[in-house]
Amino acid sequence: MQNNDFVRRMQSPGGDRKKSESTHIDFPLLILLLALCTLGLMVLYSAGDQNLAYVKRQATFMVLGFIIMFVVAQFEVRYWEKWAFVFYGLGLLLLIAVLFFGVGAKGAQRWLDVGFSRLQPAEFMKVAVPLMLASYLSKRFIPPTLKHISWAMVMIMIPVALIMRQPDLGTALLIFVSGFLTLFLAGLGVRYLIGTFLTGIAAVPVMWNFVLLDYQKQRILTLLSPEKDKLGSGWNIVQSKTAIGSGGLNGKGWTEGTQSQLNFLPESHTDFIIAVLAEEFGLIGVLTLLTLYTLVIARCLFISFNAQSQFGRLLAGSLGLIFFIYVFVNMGMVSGILPVVGAPLPMISYGGTAILTLFIGFGLLMAISTEPNRMRTNL
Amino acid sequence: MIHKEAFSDPARERRIFARRLIFSMFIMLVMGLTLISRYVDLQVNQFQNFATDSDNNRVHVRPAAPTRGVIYDRNGEILADNRPTSNLSIIRERTDDLGQLINKVGSLITLTDNDITRFYSRLKRRKPFEPTPLKFNLTEKEQAILAVNQHILDGTKVSARLTRFYPKRDLFTHVVGYVGRINDRESKIINPINYSGTDSIGKIGIEKFYEESLLGEVGSDHVETNARGRVMRVIDHVSPVAGNDLKLHLDSRLQKVAYEAFSGERGSLVAIEIETGGVLAMVSAPSYDANPFVSGISQKAYGALLNSEDKPMFNRSIRGQYPPGSTIKPLFGLIGLQSQSITTDTKIEDPGYFLMEGIERPWRDHNSERGGHGKGVDLAKAIIESCDVFFYKMGVKIGIDTLATSSEAFGLGKKTNIDLPGERSGIMPSRIWKKNARGASWFDGDTINVSIGQGFMLTTPLQLAVMTASIASRGDLIQPQIVKSINGVENPTIKVTESSKISDKHWNYIHESMRDVVHSNRGTARGINKDLTYNIAGKTGTAQVISINASDEYDRSKISERQWDHALFVAFAPAEDPKIAVALIVENGEHGSSAAAPIARTVIDTYIKSVMSNNDAQNLTATNASYLNSLQGYDAYAEQ
Repeated sequence: MQNNDFVRRMQSPGGDRKKSESTHIDFPLLILLLALCTLGLMVLYSAGDQNLAYVKRQATFMVLGFIIMFVVAQFEVRYWEKWAFVFYGLGLLLLIAVLFFGVGAKGAQRWLDVGFSRLQPAEFMKVAVPLMLASYLSKRFIPPTLKHISWAMVMIMIPVALIMRQPDLGTALLIFVSGFLTLFLAGLGVRYLIGTFLTGIAAVPVMWNFVLLDYQKQRILTLLSPEKDKLGSGWNIVQSKTAIGSGGLNGKGWTEGTQSQLNFLPESHTDFIIAVLAEEFGLIGVLTLLTLYTLVIARCLFISFNAQSQFGRLLAGSLGLIFFIYVFVNMGMVSGILPVVGAPLPMISYGGTAILTLFIGFGLLMAISTEPNRMRTNL
Repeated sequence: MIHKEAFSDPARERRIFARRLIFSMFIMLVMGLTLISRYVDLQVNQFQNFATDSDNNRVHVRPAAPTRGVIYDRNGEILADNRPTSNLSIIRERTDDLGQLINKVGSLITLTDNDITRFYSRLKRRKPFEPTPLKFNLTEKEQAILAVNQHILDGTKVSARLTRFYPKRDLFTHVVGYVGRINDRESKIINPINYSGTDSIGKIGIEKFYEESLLGEVGSDHVETNARGRVMRVIDHVSPVAGNDLKLHLDSRLQKVAYEAFSGERGSLVAIEIETGGVLAMVSAPSYDANPFVSGISQKAYGALLNSEDKPMFNRSIRGQYPPGSTIKPLFGLIGLQSQSITTDTKIEDPGYFLMEGIERPWRDHNSERGGHGKGVDLAKAIIESCDVFFYKMGVKIGIDTLATSSEAFGLGKKTNIDLPGERSGIMPSRIWKKNARGASWFDGDTINVSIGQGFMLTTPLQLAVMTASIASRGDLIQPQIVKSINGVENPTIKVTESSKISDKHWNYIHESMRDVVHSNRGTARGINKDLTYNIAGKTGTAQVISINASDEYDRSKISERQWDHALFVAFAPAEDPKIAVALIVENGEHGSSAAAPIARTVIDTYIKSVMSNNDAQNLTATNASYLNSLQGYDAYAEQ
């Protein structure tokens, strides 16, 4: 496969330490990502009706992602800290552009057509918002004061509001959570946490009556009783649960899943791809994937613990936590414990922008991870 | 606040961060375990359930429709069978833009607005992934066009299936009936499993009455399908059981002759095989082609049928209730003799009218303008010449109670229980009936009206035929039946009542009187006796459509054609050894003798010539030697 070629082009992980220091690569993370990508392409091949076109396209984005990751990793962390607002601002501009020039499907306007591909600017904000907040908060005192918290909230709510306009409630929520996590790691006071929690509860009836669209309400109702409308809105969740459950311990075998191969499973190559994995590789496959994810998250948190600066700490910590949130939300919604929101499974679901965004995030993590080397080199 | 900002404390920042991170890890652990337990629950604890669900998803039981039983006439001619046709259906789940798909189909083959509106109404009742028919009976050219363009018609399906076909078109529609698509009301009462492969159901006639027998039993195919319902492979197959074939008593030749005799007229004829009660012919004219109903008749065509002044959809044979008029006279005469209200010697004088004590208004005889039937009118003459005054007098003497109860023994005023849906019972009026229906007491005047088959009295053509058969068989009342055998098993003859205790002398008297209606030179139906090689016993009748005071004269020029009198005729033949009984009515035909009797003659002729010579000629040889002589010409026909 293509990324294997790519591996060959790289220096071996156990290579010259001096070289690895100057290339700013975090090898444990790199190996985990390669493993995830390999697994992802395998599942995608099966989920996409064994159509190599999906796999090729996804692999192309992955190669591109690895390149971007390496490029991002080469820059010193302080540059990212300094220029974070540029990326954040650029992200906002793209979001505004989507509102005017966006193309969409199923009643939502989410993509920007850039000729060779479609971009989903909201995905970029998943990195840009923590980046911006980490940059902002690390320059301030910790724990942040009310004033800084307020500004941080403004920075979060602008993209959240823009994304809700598309409308894409799921992504908006995830971006809110990603910003909030940065604030949390920065030491947001307990009373604010409680306040946010209570506000959240109070917001439920308001959201239900004024903000949520009918189809969004339907998704929540469907979560509560998917069997009510088995052929309508409940179809997805009933079929994905059936796919997961029928996989059992060992699974039905690669490309042998009847739910996915006979097209009972909707969105099998995008948001619901975990159901394909669960059906074909069983609980063992699910636990394997979760182990890989856990190791990635553990590595992220390790990097954040050892980060040289407050910015690095906050950013690496936020990216690690939000990565967990992506996994949890996606696997939770497909298995029917969360409402169906458009959230892809990181590194596995088909989708170019999501892949690129993740790799930008991992590039930042690698930059943070190799910061001590850089310092040593600089000396 | 300001003083805090003055100092940066990296150690404190690290401490706060570390605490938050550790707290987060704890939360993640809880969430992660929740997630894992969910997947363990689905994949280990509930594995069996979901594995079953997954198989249910994948493996479908497809109903295999049984072949509907074929309907034959008594000679094995097909009245209803199943023909392969190609239909175009759409599976809603397999197309994203239904309107556009229909437009595409419409640009390739002709789709009428009716096709499309009916499609949408069927679409509402379909089950998921069930193909919904859009156009029936595709021509070969249309099939070819659709096959070539299949790649742009995702979601359409051309399927061959058996469709009911009625080769005799309009000839048997009222009796055999037709099938049509199952409607909402029917879908609630049918057994959904047995109809899972079938989308049509008997709507009227034999098709409805014998629905259960004709339908058969559904079979099944266990197939593996994908989510779009496409069959990947067949796993198991259970063959359907075809419906029962029905053989009817009806005779196509007789039916055709009778139906054609009505050309342009409205009316009904029922011919019954006396021995079995089997219905040989049942015509309700005008009729209509049954075939358009099978795949769904257009609203326009249906509206035209429904609103036609001739009421073609009305089955006059079993639902048309007419006053029997004078055709009731032989029966009432018999009741008069039996109840000893009169004897064969009773004679009256008929001045052309009848006066009832205490009532000024006279009851006129139908030939009152010629001064009545004169002196010495006995029962025979009253039947042969159809003298009303004799029956007025006799009716009053018998009384309504005896008339009503005795008539019931001949099937009047109650359903015959023929094997057809929707039969009406007619009215045999009585004191109790009038009290219940009209809330009034019975008057002698009512009896006088009833005594010539008018007034409150109503009969269906079928009831008249049954009554005539009963008279012919000297009192046996046999339940009429359409179906002769089911899958070769004969339907038993059902006798409702055995011969009544009427003396042979009286039977002979009535039979002879009825024969003389046709064969004597004073008989009202003498017009049909020309060249008759056998004897017909009959009785003409005329029934008023509008109520004309019996004291007033009937003047056809004063009323519109639709209000002219109905012409009736009942008959059985051969008079000496009755085999067939016929009753018919020609609406607004005015005179039984001229409008109705000739039709009966044609039908009976055909029966004697073909039907009887096939089945019963040898029987007849043994029983009626004199009859045989006159039949020699027909025997030659039979031997051919």
